[in-house]
Amino acid sequence: MNARAHIFVLLLAVFTIWFILRLVRRRQLRAKYAILWLTVGVGVLVLAAVPNLLNPISSIAGIYYQPATLLLFASVFLLCLDLHFSWELSRLEDRTRTLAEKHALLQEEVATLRRSAGSPPGQSVDASEEAE
Amino acid sequence: MSDVTAIPEGRELVSAANRDAPRGGLLIAIPAFNEAQSLPGTLAELAACLPGCDVVVVSDGSRDATASVARSTGAAVLELPFNLGIGGALRTAFQYAVLRGYDCAVQFDADGQHDPREITKLVAGLDRGLDLVIGSRFASGGEVTYPISATRLRSMGVLRNLVKALVGETFTDTTSGFRAFSRPMLEYFAETYPVEYLDSVEALVLACNAGFAAGEVPVRIRSRSHGAPSTRRVRLAYYYLRLLVVMATSVRRRRRWRRQAST
Repeated sequence: MNARAHIFVLLLAVFTIWFILRLVRRRQLRAKYAILWLTVGVGVLVLAAVPNLLNPISSIAGIYYQPATLLLFASVFLLCLDLHFSWELSRLEDRTRTLAEKHALLQEEVATLRRSAGSPPGQSVDASEEAE
Repeated sequence: MSDVTAIPEGRELVSAANRDAPRGGLLIAIPAFNEAQSLPGTLAELAACLPGCDVVVVSDGSRDATASVARSTGAAVLELPFNLGIGGALRTAFQYAVLRGYDCAVQFDADGQHDPREITKLVAGLDRGLDLVIGSRFASGGEVTYPISATRLRSMGVLRNLVKALVGETFTDTTSGFRAFSRPMLEYFAETYPVEYLDSVEALVLACNAGFAAGEVPVRIRSRSHGAPSTRRVRLAYYYLRLLVVMATSVRRRRRWRRQAST
């Protein structure tokens, strides 16, 4: 790796870490993902600083071309992450669905209660939503 | 009737409103997505045929006046904030039926395909001890008054064979949306009803695997008054693929259940 590429990768790693920290500070990233991505960021930083670290890992794994080691680990990591996100998305969809169902049931119950109390229909629960 | 039916545990939605609600009896559940045009006719026919019968309309994220049209006829209305699909709408209706203590429910189409005079036939099936009664167009004595495309018939055949392979029983009309559910079936489906398209097939297998008694009665299905069939061919292919995956996993689940039962 020549010096210019070295510096470029280092800058990239620093920028990644800075960006993740910013997201965490603004509470836009849950801590569990922050830890995950920070680990990745630090890993990239370390590798960018000491590229030779890949050599022993490659020889253990039996890979002769060192960059291939990096690509292998990167793709496996991304694949696992993707699977995790699919799982989490399914779970979230399930929860949203349940919320929608409960919301419809509660809304009907409120309407029934209002009617039995003889109070005027007044503002529908939906009124605020329609405005959005 | 002053007796208080036991309220299922863990049902946080049960409240004072439900104490005055009718207990027992039949609930007609109508899932509706943008059906404001056909609903008035359907509801009027229902009221004429089964006077005083309880109806709940689930407006599945409709963008038209479905909910207000239904409300103006005095039906209970469950308004989903966004479209959940037929399965989600039904599951909501089942939860409503369970919360309000109904004995049984009949799923009924909003678009006038179903004849309310056939409802008694479905309920008679429940009285014979069935938990899930499917109104079949194709059972002997059943009738369809509109043409069904060859593709559709063929895919229905595939589903019939699939269900037969999975549960060992022949159901002639697995995709029928004209069905009756017993109270235990409602309680089961309030939690587990499949939420995606071809829900009826999946639900049938689910019910059979869980040990519920399912059967069918012949019914006459008319052509719909408004709107078009809900799916196109390409999507249908995807739904079949999805269903196969679901079915495959349900077989696994069934085996596991058997193993537990045998030990």
